[in-house]
Amino acid sequence: MSTAAATKIKLATVWLDGCSGCHMSFLDLDERLIELAALVDVVYSPTVDSKEFPPDVDVTLVEGAVSNEEDLHKARMIRARTKILVSIGDCAVTGNVPAMRNLFDREELFARAYDENSTLPVPGPDGKRRPTEYVPPLRPKARPVHECVKVDVWVPGCPPPPEAYWYVVTELLAGRIPNPSAFTRFGK
Amino acid sequence: MNPSQQQKNQAQMMTAAAQTFTLKIDGKDVTASAGQTILEVARENGVDIPVLCFVEGLSVWGACRLCLVEVVGSNKLLTACATAAAENMEVVTNSERLHRYRKTILEMLFAERNHFCAVCFSNGHCELQAMAQKHGLDHVHLLYRYPKLFIDSSHDRFRKDHNRCILCTRCVRVCDEIEGAHTKDVQGRGISSMIIDDLNQPWGESETCTACGKCVHVCPTGALTEKGTAVGEMVKKQQFLPYLNLMREAREE
Repeated sequence: MSTAAATKIKLATVWLDGCSGCHMSFLDLDERLIELAALVDVVYSPTVDSKEFPPDVDVTLVEGAVSNEEDLHKARMIRARTKILVSIGDCAVTGNVPAMRNLFDREELFARAYDENSTLPVPGPDGKRRPTEYVPPLRPKARPVHECVKVDVWVPGCPPPPEAYWYVVTELLAGRIPNPSAFTRFGK
Repeated sequence: MNPSQQQKNQAQMMTAAAQTFTLKIDGKDVTASAGQTILEVARENGVDIPVLCFVEGLSVWGACRLCLVEVVGSNKLLTACATAAAENMEVVTNSERLHRYRKTILEMLFAERNHFCAVCFSNGHCELQAMAQKHGLDHVHLLYRYPKLFIDSSHDRFRKDHNRCILCTRCVRVCDEIEGAHTKDVQGRGISSMIIDDLNQPWGESETCTACGKCVHVCPTGALTEKGTAVGEMVKKQQFLPYLNLMREAREE
C-alpha cells in the first residue's frame, strides 16, 4: 500500500432495512465519485467486493432501519469499528417505511404476509407458511439506527439528494460535523 | 366633509395616537397599537416567529407553543400569538433556549403520531415538515410512539388521517368561525385527543358538514386531504381565509 493510500480516509457504507435508494442516490454523485475516490478509500460497501467489515473505519454511512436481529448485530458491529457513524435516509433516521409495520404486532404481520397472502405450495412443519430458517428473526419494532447505537450525523431524505451527500462528506473530510438541513429534509 | 365628521376623525386620530406605544423586539424599537399581539407586531416589522396552530383569519388558540418568546421581566415563556404587546415590553424571539424548545416541540409532534413524510399526500407541501427543516431538525431523539390510529375515508371528497394530525384545531375553528357549521371538534384530552365529526361519527355520515373543504385547506399537514390526490400533489390553498374575512368586515360596516 502506498503512503498516499495509507493516509486516505476509510469510508464504508452499509445497507440495513432500506430499499437501496439511498445508495443509488449516493451513486448519483456521478463524476464527483471520481473526485471522492481520490480522497477516500471505500473499504466496505454493497458497491465493492470486500466481505469483512474492517476494524478501523473513519466514516460509515448506514442506510435503512434496524428491523431484524441481523440489522441490530451489524449496527453494533459497525458502531464499534467506526469513528463517525452517519445515518443516511429516512429509514435510518426516522424508521420511515419499514417502521410502518410498527402499528401492528408481529403476529398480525406474519399472518397477513405468510398465511393469508402466500402462494407457497408446502406449508412449514407448523402448518403455517412462515420461514423458520435462513432468515434473521424479525424484531418487535423497526427502529431508527440512533435508537439502537450512537449516531453522529443524520442525513434525512427519501432518498437524500446527491448534493446532501456531497455536502456531508466534504464537511466531514474538512473535519466538521455537518447538519445538512439546507440540502434535505424528512421525505425529500 | 361636514364639521361633525371632521371632529369625529380628529377624535379618532387622537385616540389612535394615545393608544400607540413602543416596545422592543429583538433589541429593535417598534411601534404597536393597543390590542395587538406580539405576533402581529413582529410580523408587521418583518420579524419571523414560527407558528403551527395560528393562522391569520381564525381565532387564536395558543396550543402548538412554537411561537413562545422571552419577555424581559417574565420568568416564563409567553406565546406571541396570545400575548398582547405592551408599552416598554422587551421581547426576544430568537435565542438558543427558544430554538432548543421549538426543536423539542417539533420532535414531540413527530414522535406522538405516525408521520411518514415520504409516503404522505402532503410531502413537500406540509407546514410541519417545512418547520422541521427550518429548525435544522435532522432526527428525532425521543422514542416514536407508533400509536394505532385510523383513517376516516367515509366522506365522498375528503379524507381524515389521524396519524398525521397535530391537533392544531385549525379545522375546528375554520368550520365553526368561517363556515358556521361546527362539524368538527375535539374529543378527549391531552395525548388521547382526537378530531371528531358531529357526535364522533364517520365524516361521510355527518349531517352538518357542508363539504366546503375549508378544513382541508387550513390543515397544516396531510391529516386532512382531498381524495384523488397522489403523494406530493395535495397543495393547500389558504387564500380564501383573508378574502372571506375582508368581505365579512365590509358587509358589517
